[in-house]
Amino acid sequence: MDLAPVIDGFGVVLEPTNLLYCLIGVVIGMLIGVLPGLGPAATIAILLPITLGLEPVTAIIMLAGIFYGAQYGGTITSVLLRLPGEASSVVTVFDGHALARQGKAGTALGIAAIGSFVGGTVSIIVLSVVAPVVASFALDFGPPEYTALALLGILLVSTVSSGDRLKAVIAACVGLLLATVGRDGFTGAERFTFGSLELADGLDFVPIAMGLFGLGEILYNLEERHRKVQAPATVANVWPSRADLRQSSGAIGRGSVIGFVLGILPGGGAVLASLAAYAVEKRRAKHPERFGQGAVEGVAAPESANNAAATSSFIPLLTLGIPANATMAVIFGALLIQGVSPGPQLVTQEPELFWGVINSMYVGNILLLVMSLPLVGLFVRILRVRATVLAPITVLITLVGAYTVNNSVFDILLVILFGALGYLMKKLGFDPGPLVLAFVLGSLLEDSLRRSLLIFDGDATGFFTRPISGVLLVVFLLVALLPPVRAALRRRRATPAENEPAATTTTTTTTTTKESV
Amino acid sequence: MTVLVGFVPTPEGEAAFAAGLAEAQRRGEDLLVLNTPRGGAPVSADVAPPELVAELTGRAHHAGITLEVRQAPHSGDLADTVVRTAEESGASVIVIGLRRRSPVGKLLMGSAAQRILLDADRPVLAVKPQADGD
Repeated sequence: MDLAPVIDGFGVVLEPTNLLYCLIGVVIGMLIGVLPGLGPAATIAILLPITLGLEPVTAIIMLAGIFYGAQYGGTITSVLLRLPGEASSVVTVFDGHALARQGKAGTALGIAAIGSFVGGTVSIIVLSVVAPVVASFALDFGPPEYTALALLGILLVSTVSSGDRLKAVIAACVGLLLATVGRDGFTGAERFTFGSLELADGLDFVPIAMGLFGLGEILYNLEERHRKVQAPATVANVWPSRADLRQSSGAIGRGSVIGFVLGILPGGGAVLASLAAYAVEKRRAKHPERFGQGAVEGVAAPESANNAAATSSFIPLLTLGIPANATMAVIFGALLIQGVSPGPQLVTQEPELFWGVINSMYVGNILLLVMSLPLVGLFVRILRVRATVLAPITVLITLVGAYTVNNSVFDILLVILFGALGYLMKKLGFDPGPLVLAFVLGSLLEDSLRRSLLIFDGDATGFFTRPISGVLLVVFLLVALLPPVRAALRRRRATPAENEPAATTTTTTTTTTKESV
Repeated sequence: MTVLVGFVPTPEGEAAFAAGLAEAQRRGEDLLVLNTPRGGAPVSADVAPPELVAELTGRAHHAGITLEVRQAPHSGDLADTVVRTAEESGASVIVIGLRRRSPVGKLLMGSAAQRILLDADRPVLAVKPQADGD
C-alpha cells in the first residue's frame, strides 16, 4: 500500500482551518448528541448550506465530526438522566443509568468515553486499510454493477432499519418516485414537473433533507411537551478504576468489531450496532442478570460499537458512493454540493479529500476524549434550554440556510412542504431515512439501469451474466425473499387464525419490493 | 385543609419549607409542597433532586406531618399555578420564600411573590432566608 497519500492526508488535517472545523464539528456533534430529539442527520442537514463556502475537505471533516461526536454526546444524557440523546445510545440507558443511581455516573461516562475512543480508533485503522482495497475493486464496476448495488442498498436500508418493514419500503418507493421528478437525462422529456420551471431540474437534495430531517424533527419534538423535568445531575469522578477497565476491556474489543461490521452494512449503522453489541455481551456473560443492574460491560460494549459503526459507515460512501444510512445520505448530499461525486475514483482522484477526512477522525476522537471527560457538566447545561427558545432559532437557521443555497424562495417552500411531510411520517411511524436514501440512490439507479440497458441492447439477462452484478442481484433476491419465506414457514407451524394479519402484511411487502424493482 | 409551600432548592425555598412545616404543626394540618419547574426543557435547576425530596419527607415524617410533594412542570405564569393549586387543594395558607430583588430587577423581571400576594384569596406567609445563609 502506498503510504504517501496517507501521510499527505495528515498534512491536510493539521492545517489550522481544518483543525478548527474539526473542533467545531465535534463540539456541535457533542452538543446535539446531548440534546434529545435533534439527531446527527438533522443537524448535518440543517448545516448543509454553511458548508457551501468551505473547501470540500474542510466541509466533510466538520460534518463527519458532527456524526461521530454525537455518538459521544448521546451517552451523557443516557447515563445521567435516563434520557437517550441519540437513538444509538438507547441501550446505554439500562446499565448506564443503573450505575448512575449507584453513584457511579462518573465510572459509566468514563468507560463510555474510553470505549468510544477505542471503538472509533480501531474502526479508523481498519477503514484506512480496507477502504482503498474496496475502492480499487470497485473501479471495475460498470453501470450494471451500480444498478445492482443501488438496488441492494435501497432494499437493505428499508429492510434492515428498525421499525415497520412495509412502511420503510413505502417510504423508499416515494423516494424513488421523487427522484424521477425533472428533466429526463437521456431523452430530455419533462417528468412530473407540471409545467413548473423550478421543477424542471428535478428536486434538490438539500431542501428535502433539511425538511424531512431538520424541520420534521423539530416539529415532532415540539409535540412531546409533557415530559418530566429533572433536576440537574452532578458528576463526581469520571476516571474509571482499573478494575472497571479490566472488566470492560473485552466488551470494548467485541463492541468495536461488531460495530465495524454492522456499520458497513447498509441500513445498519450505529443504532443497530449498539443493540447487537449489548445483546452479545448479555449472552456471553456468566451472570446475565447483572445486566440492567449496572454492569460496566453494558455501557462499554454499545458505546464502542456505535462509534465504530459511525466510522465504518463511511466505507461504502467513500469507496462505492453508496450511503449506508440516513446520515451518510446527507453527507453524500454535502459532497455533491461541493461538486465531488463520491465513488471508487475518490481515492485516486481526490486523495487529499479521502485521506484528509479519514485522518481527521483520529484527531476528532482525541478531541472528543479530551473534551468529554472533564466537560461533561458543561454539556449537560444545554439541557436547561427550553424547546420554546431552541426550536424557533433552529427553524430560522434552517429556512435562512435553505434560501442561501440557491437564493430561491421556492426552496424555502420545499423545506416547509417536506418538513410537514417528515412530521406526518414520524407521527404515523414512517422512518424518513429510507425515503431520503432512495431519493439519493434513485438517480444513480435510474442512470445506471438505463445506461446498462443501452449497453445490453435492452436485454435484461445481461445483469445476471456479469459475475459481480449477478452475485449482487442474487443477494438482493435472497434479502427480498427471505423474510416472506420465513414468515410462510412460521405460518405453517402456527395456528392459521392468529397469523392472518401477518400473512397479509408479508405478501404486500413482497409485492411492493417487486414493484420497486 | 392543608398548608401549601412553594418550594425551590435554594435558601429561600428552605426557609419557606421550615416555616411551612412549623405552620402545619401549629395548625395540625397536612403539608403540600409545590416544586414546579417551568416546562419545556429536559432539565431545570428549580427541580428538587430525589435526595432532597427524601430529606424533606424525612423531616416532615419526623415532625408527624403528612407530606405531599408535587413536581409537575408548569407552563405560563408561576404565580397562577401556585394560586390555582392553593384553590384546588383548599389550602388554608400559602407559604413562600422571598428573595432579594432590586427595584430595577423587579421592574424588568416582575415578581412571582408579589403576584401571589396580590392574587391569592387566602393568607400568604412570606418568609426570608436566614441572614447568615447568604
